Amino acid sequence: MLSLHQNKKITSPVITALLVGLLSSFAFGSTPEERGLEIAIEVDKRDNGYNDSTSTLEMILGNKYGESTTRTMRNKTLEQPDDGDKSQITFDNPRDVKGTSFLSYTHKKGSDDQWLYLPGLKRVKRISSSNKSGPFMGSEFAFEDISSQEVEKYTYKYLKEETLNGRDTYVLERDPVDPKSGYTKQNVWIDKERYIAMKIDFYDRKSSLLKTLTITDYKQYLDKFWRADKWEMVNHQTGKTTILNYSKWNFKTGLKDKHFTKNSLKRSR
Amino acid sequence: VKKSIVFSTLLLAGVYSFASEITGYIGLEGRGFLDNPIHENQKNNSLSTSLSLEYFHDFEDDNERIVATGYARKDSSTDGRDHFDISELYWWKGYDDFELYIGVRKVFWGVTETSHLVDVINSSDSVENIDGEDKLGQPMVSLLYEQDWGTVELFSLTGFREPTYLGANDRLRSELIVEKDLTTYESSQEEKHIDFAARYSHVLGDLDLGLIYFNGTSREAEYNKKSVEGKDVLAAHYNQVEIFGTDIQLTKGDYLWKLEATHTKPKSDSSYFSQVGGLEYTFVGLANSDADLGIFMEYQFDERDHAFGQNDLALGTRLVLNDTQSTEFIGAVTQDLDNKTKFISLEATRRLTDTWSIESELRVFTSVDSDDSLYDLREDDYLQVLFKRYF
Repeated sequence: MLSLHQNKKITSPVITALLVGLLSSFAFGSTPEERGLEIAIEVDKRDNGYNDSTSTLEMILGNKYGESTTRTMRNKTLEQPDDGDKSQITFDNPRDVKGTSFLSYTHKKGSDDQWLYLPGLKRVKRISSSNKSGPFMGSEFAFEDISSQEVEKYTYKYLKEETLNGRDTYVLERDPVDPKSGYTKQNVWIDKERYIAMKIDFYDRKSSLLKTLTITDYKQYLDKFWRADKWEMVNHQTGKTTILNYSKWNFKTGLKDKHFTKNSLKRSR
Repeated sequence: VKKSIVFSTLLLAGVYSFASEITGYIGLEGRGFLDNPIHENQKNNSLSTSLSLEYFHDFEDDNERIVATGYARKDSSTDGRDHFDISELYWWKGYDDFELYIGVRKVFWGVTETSHLVDVINSSDSVENIDGEDKLGQPMVSLLYEQDWGTVELFSLTGFREPTYLGANDRLRSELIVEKDLTTYESSQEEKHIDFAARYSHVLGDLDLGLIYFNGTSREAEYNKKSVEGKDVLAAHYNQVEIFGTDIQLTKGDYLWKLEATHTKPKSDSSYFSQVGGLEYTFVGLANSDADLGIFMEYQFDERDHAFGQNDLALGTRLVLNDTQSTEFIGAVTQDLDNKTKFISLEATRRLTDTWSIESELRVFTSVDSDDSLYDLREDDYLQVLFKRYF
């Protein structure tokens, strides 16, 4: 590569073009793995600094006969400086699980910590996080799909560029690091301009296409953070669907660590 | 100006709708007993209705809360189970460094499935169920202090709530019925004795640790046979006790390791040790389905010969279908290791609609030894179905 710079016969526009090419290939990593990782890091970096957020969530479960049931819940999340997010989900509907709350500490490395609050018994139960491949509340979302997406949870490979719904995207393959994951790989379409995921294909343990998640209706908050109002998961093997409709997003509401403890979990309503 | 007032009122109403709410359920419960009763006037079937009403209100930027919960049951065939209880009626305030509770509360402590040794704050609402999980509201003043090194809770328990007792016509009762008028206390202040309790708890990675202390009126009675107008009855006596205890859960991959242990020192009797501990393993995504199958084992030990779980082994399984209706089954067999007594319990729950759910349980007592603490229940195997309508 150095020899290129020493070849004086090359005209300057060519050198510039080569340099740009060199720099950009350097900026995006020289191997597909490095380039994939750098895109994932950029996605993560652009979403840093929201501190905390709250939102409400409607979950519509549909079966292949077109019947559907709806659940509602509230969500709050707290960023951690050197680790994965802390988050809590509280159910409002169906009524038999009203007040039931799920607290989770995501870790960049190792398994997450999870507790469940059962309001009828006033009991907080620590639950195993090795259920990550299991369905969340009977939906097509697994626990690992709704938990905080830390860079360290996957290894990456840059695949190609593609246009999706009129937007330029990078397509990455990411492979879960945790052997407990229900997936062998995921293909992620990332918007080139905004660095947000627009679509994810999930491949099961036999490497067959299992589910597709389409994320739409993004809105920008505080001139920085993109949040999608609609997440639609389709299970290709069962024909079932789950739609998540987010609303009432709030950021920097002043939540602290003390709002994400076993004690505060007992007070959730 | 008017528009903005209307708007802000609407906004306030919108905010308030979340900060204040009345909820609850009506329960319709049917019980069928599989054997003929031992005692006269006991019936083979019963139908009963229960109502739970809960109100809460948050104010002062969610730093203060008032909670009120009432519970009532009306049984068709007997009157021993009819009762009303104020389960909760308290005011909570969160300060910068600590939290304060004043009023009637329910507090659950513990980690194990088949016995609840460290759950010592509330008295049992025994007429509800024999599993000891139903409790009466306990009046208290309590302080909670949460730091990086753990959480400390201090309780001043202002008065003892006497447990409920089943009546002569109720199934699942003891051989002799408890005559409430004969209840005695070790303390001269009787049920007005103010008890003290404390708990330290902390999460250390995979480990959830709790240490408990209790000093006051025992929530467990000592029963003495007495004769009233030529009829034998039981009189409950409540001792003063000091309890040191611990509850520990280690969550490692698919394994949960659990332990509860207590050392109880009655004021005027010899002390004794009790423990329950074991493990649970979960097969996640059983046979490539969405279902999880858990198997658990718990060993119960008590130094007192006639205590429940004095030397018993419980084996159980939990099947969670993870379907839209949240269908779950839990079954356990508890075997007394000193005699042949077996206690079998099966529970199933399923959501029917957004507002209705069904819970059922089957409880069987077999090969009950005449020396065993379950002997009085030997003919009381039953199947219960409970429909709940939430509102």
